[in-house]
Amino acid sequence: MAEYFVQSGWPVWLAYPLVALIHCALLLQVVAVGALLFIWMERKISGRIQDRLGPTRVGGKFGWLQTLADGLKLITKEDTMPGDADGMLFRLAPYLSLVASLSAYMALPFALGWSAIHLNVAAFFILAVLGMEVFGVILAGYASGSKWSLFGGMREAAQVVSYEVPLGLCVAVPVFVTGTMDLHTIAEMQAGLFTNWLIFHDPFTFITFWVFFTCAMASVNRAPFDLAEAESELVAGFHTEYSGLRWSLFFMAEYGSMFVVSALAVLLFFGGWNGPIPVMHLLGIAYEPGEAFRLTGYIANLLGMTNFIIKCVIGVTVMMWVRWTLPRLRIDQVMTMCLKYCIPIVSFTFIAAMLWTQAGWVTGLDVGAAVSQFAGDRLPARPLATVREGWLVEAAALEAMESTDPEETDEQGEPDPEETEVSHNDVPAVLDERHAAET
Amino acid sequence: MATQVNDPRVVEFDVRTDEMLVNMGPQHPSTHGVLRLVLRTDGEIVSEVVPHIGYLHRCAEKIGENLTPRQWIPYTDRMDYLAGMNMNLGWALTVEKLLNHTVTEKARHLRVIIGEMGRIASHLVGMGAYGLDLGTFSPFLYAFREREKILDLFEEACGARLTYSYITVGGLTADVPAGWLEKCEAFLEQLEPIIQEYHTLLTTNAIFIKRTAGIGVLSPEMAIDYGCTGPVLRGSGVDQDLRRDGEEIYTEMYDGYAFEVIVEKEGHYPKDHDYPPVPEEAVLGDCWHRFYVRMLEVVQAIDLVRQAMDRYRSSAGDIGEPVKLTQKLPAGEAYLETESPRGQMGFYIVSDGSSIPWRARARSSCFCNLSVIHEICRGCLIADVPAVVGSLDIVMGEIDR
Repeated sequence: MAEYFVQSGWPVWLAYPLVALIHCALLLQVVAVGALLFIWMERKISGRIQDRLGPTRVGGKFGWLQTLADGLKLITKEDTMPGDADGMLFRLAPYLSLVASLSAYMALPFALGWSAIHLNVAAFFILAVLGMEVFGVILAGYASGSKWSLFGGMREAAQVVSYEVPLGLCVAVPVFVTGTMDLHTIAEMQAGLFTNWLIFHDPFTFITFWVFFTCAMASVNRAPFDLAEAESELVAGFHTEYSGLRWSLFFMAEYGSMFVVSALAVLLFFGGWNGPIPVMHLLGIAYEPGEAFRLTGYIANLLGMTNFIIKCVIGVTVMMWVRWTLPRLRIDQVMTMCLKYCIPIVSFTFIAAMLWTQAGWVTGLDVGAAVSQFAGDRLPARPLATVREGWLVEAAALEAMESTDPEETDEQGEPDPEETEVSHNDVPAVLDERHAAET
Repeated sequence: MATQVNDPRVVEFDVRTDEMLVNMGPQHPSTHGVLRLVLRTDGEIVSEVVPHIGYLHRCAEKIGENLTPRQWIPYTDRMDYLAGMNMNLGWALTVEKLLNHTVTEKARHLRVIIGEMGRIASHLVGMGAYGLDLGTFSPFLYAFREREKILDLFEEACGARLTYSYITVGGLTADVPAGWLEKCEAFLEQLEPIIQEYHTLLTTNAIFIKRTAGIGVLSPEMAIDYGCTGPVLRGSGVDQDLRRDGEEIYTEMYDGYAFEVIVEKEGHYPKDHDYPPVPEEAVLGDCWHRFYVRMLEVVQAIDLVRQAMDRYRSSAGDIGEPVKLTQKLPAGEAYLETESPRGQMGFYIVSDGSSIPWRARARSSCFCNLSVIHEICRGCLIADVPAVVGSLDIVMGEIDR
């Protein structure tokens, strides 16, 4: 997007911050509106599970404005802080949590090419940044000057060291199967029939998904792993002493990360924005990776995004369903489960999935290929290895550029005089090359 | 350098860990009212639990010395407010014992119906709240959904939903209205299959078993030493139920009823009801067994209510009249324990011949049940403390009175 602005004559110093601002605003909306929706959903779902109606009054029939009303109430509430609290850390903690949760959205692709930053280590980035959220919780527990909060914070610390390892290993399985950490590429590799989804790649990725989902629930502090805020044991755990807006920031962060881990599961195992049946591909209007703007492709992408969000919401719903059904585990049981069961299981599936991939056995793709033969060549039966990493393509283009003289580069790239002009002036060379590689 | 790193005092100061005193309650969400527990913890491990009580003391016993026995009935409601009917019954029977008064047969059977329904309601709360203590919210509401129906029935019978004052000295304040028995029967029909749901959500749930099996083990000897009663005692495998073993004035209520005391014998619970198997991890006397005894008692109570309804229908006469409000009491004393849902609830009355008792006292079952907590919570984790307290199923109103 920034490149587009620069090409159309905007100065670089203005174009980049402007684009960053637009991305941030969009993502903030996703988180804020998402949290509103999810809290409302949680109330409705828990209500239905428990034979209640849930909110019915505010905002019409379904009480869909209830969260907004509560948000208003929370904003107007007095912001209290205990006398014993460590003021700066106490104030910092909720922001730290929220910022970590928000940053994860930066690398999250909502559809092909639709992410704030196209990172080729997006899977790693999201895991790392989500891990940061824990610091907010531990800080809150430590800084509150309350013993219950301290317990909550320490539990979170104990929990994080136990779930992070299997969670990372679970993500490593699809990463190794696809050979990339780029979530765009991973998702695009799963295009086609739903049999192409990585969860159906082999029996081991199937097991890995369930381990991933368990650890993901632990990572976002949802029951049965909500030990840090266990309301029947620790009063409210780490946020015992918080009120008003700071308290609600913790909740925004929690619901934000619920969506992120759910999105990660969808991208890694459930084909990302690719639907179970690739209607857009069949119609031939879906974007190919690296393709320039095209209206039909844009519409296909929009539908893909809807697809992606629906899948994520289903994931979040399952988390809610689990929360309102199961009792809470004890801290030692959580650690036992993560360290003694999840890690061995996922280590095994990791190795097994590697061998499976190396042996070249394909389960899902077999079916997909058979169907695509039946359906003609219109199905994108893309063998996994043919989708190239963005950076590999770039590197290849770079090499090609270096080995040839400038005129040839222009022929390979876009022979746009304006573009070359800009690139000669002040756009970083890398940008130019990337553009060349994309076209 | 003033201090050396290898100076043992410095090192000790650096790595020294302190025990922490934590106040659990009286405003803690899972202490069932206003119980205050002072926990001495080393990290998550609890080394000592000291219960502090008295936050709900309302001088009920002293008030009892200024009122006639029938006037004191409403105060007994407010002791164990989750089983008001059974409290009324205990006091009423004690006064009847002093008066040497016998109620009509019909009233006796009606008292069984009401008492057992009260037991179901009380155990449903105990079960639901126990789920809440373990962090699952939904079973609590499922339990309250059914309890509401019992409260509706009680409301129809006596006009109150929580503090009934229905069973009174000399009988009951009124007979149940026409059609009540049919409604009660319909309710039991509907409740029975739902119990399976509770078993699925709690009793046989893997996480629930992990959280309760082997936790807070109370040996039979210790249970007897501390005077534990009710499901807590039976959960430890002691075969004791006042409905069978109590004094005659109480056991004659249950004369001819077919029921078996819910207690584990040779690794099995009475086989007359369908019940899920005891998990391997569970140890006799742990939280799981205490919970389980309550669940089976609900099933048993359903059966007892059915039997009582048959008898009530077939018995002739009416429920009789309660004694006068200012009935003169014979000089002397009487003490009677009844099997309330939480254990053996004792009432003691001393009279000097006037219509107002000279002394009125209550022996609380929850008080004795709570007194074991420092024994069974020693060395457990903080998360286990609510699990143990919940499994004792205490009501502070009864402890503090």
